[in-house]
Amino acid sequence: MSAPRLLKAPLLWTAALFIALLFGMPALAPVFRWGFPQVQPPVFSRGSFLELFLSHAGMVLAGSVAATAAGIALAVFATRPAGRDFRALIDTLATVGQTFPPAAVLALAVPALGFGPEPTIVALFLYGLLPILGNAIAGLEAVPAAVLDAAEGMGLSAWQRLRDIELPLAAPVILAGIRVSVTIAIGTAAIGSTVGALTLGTPIFDGLAGNKLPFVIQGAVLTALFAIVTDLAFAALQRRLQPPGAAPAPA
Amino acid sequence: MIEIEHVAKVYQGRRVVDDLSLTIPDGALCVLLGPSGCGKSTTLRMINRLIPFDAGEIRVGGEDIRRVPPEELRRRIGYAIQSTGLFPHWRVEDNIATVPRLLGWSQQRMRDRVTELLELFRLDPETYRHKYPHQLSGGEQQRVGVARALAADPAVLLMDEPFAAVDPIVRDALQGEIARIHRATGKTIVFVTHDIDEALRLATVIAIMERGRLAQSGVPLEIVENPASEFVREFVGREAAGLKSLALRKVSERLQPGDGAAGEPIEAAASLRDALAAMTARRTDRLPVVDAAGNPAGVITLADLVR
Repeated sequence: MSAPRLLKAPLLWTAALFIALLFGMPALAPVFRWGFPQVQPPVFSRGSFLELFLSHAGMVLAGSVAATAAGIALAVFATRPAGRDFRALIDTLATVGQTFPPAAVLALAVPALGFGPEPTIVALFLYGLLPILGNAIAGLEAVPAAVLDAAEGMGLSAWQRLRDIELPLAAPVILAGIRVSVTIAIGTAAIGSTVGALTLGTPIFDGLAGNKLPFVIQGAVLTALFAIVTDLAFAALQRRLQPPGAAPAPA
Repeated sequence: MIEIEHVAKVYQGRRVVDDLSLTIPDGALCVLLGPSGCGKSTTLRMINRLIPFDAGEIRVGGEDIRRVPPEELRRRIGYAIQSTGLFPHWRVEDNIATVPRLLGWSQQRMRDRVTELLELFRLDPETYRHKYPHQLSGGEQQRVGVARALAADPAVLLMDEPFAAVDPIVRDALQGEIARIHRATGKTIVFVTHDIDEALRLATVIAIMERGRLAQSGVPLEIVENPASEFVREFVGREAAGLKSLALRKVSERLQPGDGAAGEPIEAAASLRDALAAMTARRTDRLPVVDAAGNPAGVITLADLVR
């Protein structure tokens, strides 16, 4: 691949940069020592960055998979004839989940679940639900009435209409919701370090507590890159999954 | 045969279909005609149980439709609608094979059937089978929509204003194709429209509806020449009804023996309206008539048209 084309593929070089920093941060110790001579050690060393990343990614995955499953299930229910009456209630609950500040959710979850990753996963789930639910409802409602009428009139069962027509046609919009949700979750998970979860946010909070600016920079750069790479990966996935004939998903 | 007996549908306290009885014989092309809100679409959608009815009985092929599971009933009845309802994420061949797939046909049989139907609608199978609906023109989409309705070779075909959304030239071509396919397949077709000219062109039987009730049913000529009520007279178009009836009658019904006319002859099978148009265009009051083989058959005059 030639250099100009590489520059046009931001996913490739941001991912390469992210991986290089994940493994090679200790090699930058001389740079940090030169910039911040009074900080010892110059690079966060309470755990490896790979270890932090895997723990961080695991929590995001757990929270987002749960939010995706629950969000799509609730959206399907809210758009069936039997569930239409619950539509407003479901909207309200999801909006309330979104309105709570993440720090408050964490603080409330700790007494119930203890310190560690569990309260963070709960917060990620509540936070991630609304974008997925909202997009899934919008996507399912955007399926043209004539398409559904034809499907029903030709003898597709309710389950067949959902599986073969509604979900595939709503998929691009649902995927856009998952993209927003996961990107938010990566940032939110970093706050989980305040209740004992191991994440790329851990160096940030250690650095803030111990007045060690290099740690803050290292954690913040890796967290940001993680979010950017994931977002770009979703964008690439959306382009690949764009079904022919369906309306393009919002960016 | 479709038998509709004393059927009623109440929707929010209003009788949208009121004591409707109508028998549609096998092989008929029955047009349900009327202004919007007269209950014609509701009636059509009751035949494949998309809308439940509150009273009466509907039988298709002698069988009470409420005794057949709705999905099974719908797979036996073709269904085509105005905005086609083609599945945008499926190729033409997958759209057409929707019902055959539900019925578990083999791949080979589905492929052959798709080829056959595309040819029936004069769409080149190899060009069109792999296209997506958005790559087709409005007229092509509508052809694929009707092909899809015919895929599993149903005895009955329901069409809900299928050509209302296409431009007049395409509509004219599609009407011609439906008439041709109706003649070729002998299907029983129930066709909803609010367009009297479309009805007169296609129908073997017309059922005019007014506020949920049957205003009149009969062959097109009878509707035009003997309207049963002021409503029907109004709907058929008063004075314009004379022109419509000319369109339904043939030159052969009025021609006289003799050879007292000159110029380009008209065929005996042509409509009286065509004869009138030819006279007007040529500024003459008489035309020579020939039979299908081109042999002189007589003369038709302006006076014969209004006899």
